[in-house]
Amino acid sequence: MTAPSDEVAAKEGVARAPAPARAGSSAAVRDDRGHRLAILAAVIVAFLIPLFARDFLTFQLTQVMVYALAILGLNLLTGFNGQFSLGHSAFYGIGAYTTAIMMSRWGIPYFWTLPAAGAVCFAVGFLFGLPALRLQGLYLALATFALAIAMPQILKFQPLESFTGGVQGLVVDQPDPPFGLPIDADQWLYYFTLAVLLVMFAGAANLVRSRTGRAIMAIRDNPIAAAAMGINTALYKTLTFGVSALYTGIAGALGAIVVQFVAPDSFNFLLSISFLVGLVIGGVGSIPGCLVGGLFVLFVPNIAESVSTGLAGVIYGVILLIVIFVMPAGTAGFARIVFARLLRSPKPEGRSR
Amino acid sequence: MELLLQQVLAGLSTGTIYACMALAVVMIYQAIDHLNFAQGEMAMFSTFIAWQLIQWGLPYWVAFAITVVVSFVAGVLIDRVLFRPIQNAPILSQIVAFIALFSILNSSAGQIWDFTIKSFPTPFGHTALFGSALIDTHEAGMIGVTLGMLGLLYLFFRRTRLGLAMRAAAANPESARLVGIRVGWMTALGWGMAAAIGAVAGMLIAPVVFLEPNMMLGVLLYGFAGAVLGGMTSPGGAVAGGFAVGVIENLAGTFIPYFGRELKLTIALILIVAVLMVRPSGIFGRQAVTRV
Amino acid sequence: MMLEVEELDAFYGEQQALFGVGFGLDEGRVRTLLGANGAGKTTVLRALSGMVRLSGQIRFCGERIAGWATENIVRRGIAHVPEGRGTFLRVTVEENLQLGAMTRRDRPGIAADLEQVYEHFPRLKERRMQQAGTLSGGEQQMLAVGRALMLRPRLMLLDEPSFGLAPLVVAELFEILRRVNREMGVAMLIVEQNATLALDLAEHAYVLETGRIMMDGPAEVIGADESIRRAYLGY
Repeated sequence: MTAPSDEVAAKEGVARAPAPARAGSSAAVRDDRGHRLAILAAVIVAFLIPLFARDFLTFQLTQVMVYALAILGLNLLTGFNGQFSLGHSAFYGIGAYTTAIMMSRWGIPYFWTLPAAGAVCFAVGFLFGLPALRLQGLYLALATFALAIAMPQILKFQPLESFTGGVQGLVVDQPDPPFGLPIDADQWLYYFTLAVLLVMFAGAANLVRSRTGRAIMAIRDNPIAAAAMGINTALYKTLTFGVSALYTGIAGALGAIVVQFVAPDSFNFLLSISFLVGLVIGGVGSIPGCLVGGLFVLFVPNIAESVSTGLAGVIYGVILLIVIFVMPAGTAGFARIVFARLLRSPKPEGRSR
Repeated sequence: MELLLQQVLAGLSTGTIYACMALAVVMIYQAIDHLNFAQGEMAMFSTFIAWQLIQWGLPYWVAFAITVVVSFVAGVLIDRVLFRPIQNAPILSQIVAFIALFSILNSSAGQIWDFTIKSFPTPFGHTALFGSALIDTHEAGMIGVTLGMLGLLYLFFRRTRLGLAMRAAAANPESARLVGIRVGWMTALGWGMAAAIGAVAGMLIAPVVFLEPNMMLGVLLYGFAGAVLGGMTSPGGAVAGGFAVGVIENLAGTFIPYFGRELKLTIALILIVAVLMVRPSGIFGRQAVTRV
Repeated sequence: MMLEVEELDAFYGEQQALFGVGFGLDEGRVRTLLGANGAGKTTVLRALSGMVRLSGQIRFCGERIAGWATENIVRRGIAHVPEGRGTFLRVTVEENLQLGAMTRRDRPGIAADLEQVYEHFPRLKERRMQQAGTLSGGEQQMLAVGRALMLRPRLMLLDEPSFGLAPLVVAELFEILRRVNREMGVAMLIVEQNATLALDLAEHAYVLETGRIMMDGPAEVIGADESIRRAYLGY
């Protein structure tokens, strides 16, 4: 049995950890430096945007970051660990409601709700991951789908109304910028979200590059071989479920704060589908791709709606199809192909390698 | 006891809808080795076409036949035009393509025929069967047609060369090519058949749930659940699964105190997942035996 | 010459695997392709079956089949027993064999061939209604050969038929191949790592190294060659 070649990996639409240039070589230093410069440039731009943009755009970009974080959660589970989930809207919802309940019922400051939401979702995700060990592919899809369906129903459930606010949902107060900074609330939320995003994306990137990350990906690529190598697949899979839920849960918490409102029907399976679409468009297994996914999921439906209200669905579908046709491996896959073409020096015809 | 029996029978009767849908779901799964999320929407669209033909004055069975044929052709076209070009793309990307198709069909149906509920005729009438209050002639007709389709499919797949070729093409396309099977056409044929079955399912279901663009959403979910419960490799299992889902849902709604009614769907799904824990390939599904 | 290959290049994506490969095969003859892992032997067979991107000339019974789709090449009478056997695991043994004859229309001929395959491989007959995935490696290999025979091929391509099989089973298999070749006149191109067996069955051999044919000659000559013996026969 040959090891999964790059060709196979490209077909699976999955990111391969880039072959590490030998440590210390100039190529390695160049690669790393290029990477870091790019990230620094992006962060600087991100920092500057709200200072020049209108409030509504700032608000929308904050939402983009929230979605990107949620998609990253899904990516960790599906892209890096190969466990398909249609249920992440539930984790997002749990995170959102944790924050909403803590803030509106118990008056807890918003920043403390994030770790709380994360912890709650980690626990739920981990517990869900246990029975999920027995399910594969389609059947796992159904189980996670059940979770997505259950969530709005549970949230609307009468006896829990004192907690959840029932069908009407809960209102969340918008936090004020701290220390009397000369920015308005929307801008503050933007920066807050940006900070959380950077921390969590960095965390994910580190995880992926670590030994744990490699084990997680090994389980995705060849679970039997991974087990044979001594990797505790059960432990890693459930942990990944938990971490994935944590990420999406914190995104949900942020989402609640940004939108200032939670209601059961916003956390239905359509949200799960949006996450999936965002994941694929951005690029399965690509961390930066999640941002592209977030952008797509927030803006494209709006664009479709603005072209024609009645046929919004058709336009959205057509755009989706075009993107899939042109970039079957998502934006990240496409970018990889483009860079590979640009960087490869032309060879004379017929020469062997 | 009386109530239990009543609810079981009521569940069986709603279950016929799910059984029909489950059959279509499994059909296409056997043909293309994938789940078609847009299955329900294709069925819905077909049903609207039938409705339109009837509005234009065509007799029921003529409209029925034309719709089935048109759906078959549409299924083949969707496969060739939409999914062939991306057949080598990653599975998740293909799933997104299905989602796109779903969105397109739902939105265009809404645009063409709007969202008001329409009634759809049934050739079987709605009179009570044998005077019993539990099942009417239409439901009996649904069961009959579903079982009939099941029988035909069984014969087709198990007893004909073409059926065998289709099974082979879906299970192992590369090997299928090595025995000379034109895999591309087998897949297209599978799509056509699934579209046709979906159309029949839609036309059977519409008289009960009434025709509107979102009618198939819940049904598809239940059908999917039924198919998974029964085992995706078994059309008979899928039909049984569909009936089971109907019964489970009804019993949950009636007998589980307090939250049964509101959480019917959730409970049904939880029960199904519980079953899958015990039998991960569904009740009748065959675990493909592979030597590592 | 039934099969003529000239200037064959083959590619996996951007990577070239075969470089200017050329050889031929007569009706009813057996030839073998030897070489180490990664030499390109499997790629040659896959190129003949239209399963890889290629350039060059392939002529089979006078027709140019380079660039044809696999299904059409098969319909011309080339049966390929692939690496890994390609068994349809979820259908029965008998259905697997019937699939082999999928492109034929002559019912009585198919039925007769089926009986003949069962004669060659009695163990398959015992298990005819069993799911093919439950068969052992050796039995699946026999099934793969049997399926190829159901095509009534003019040419059989066999990719490492001995792979993973116990010596006794392999010997049995090769005996059957010899019989099939003699009695039914089926030409064979066998890719093998087990050079001894292959050179015993074949009349002519090619040795591949990194995508090129390095040696080409009658089986006895190749078998007697010092460097071949050291590299592939272990002595």
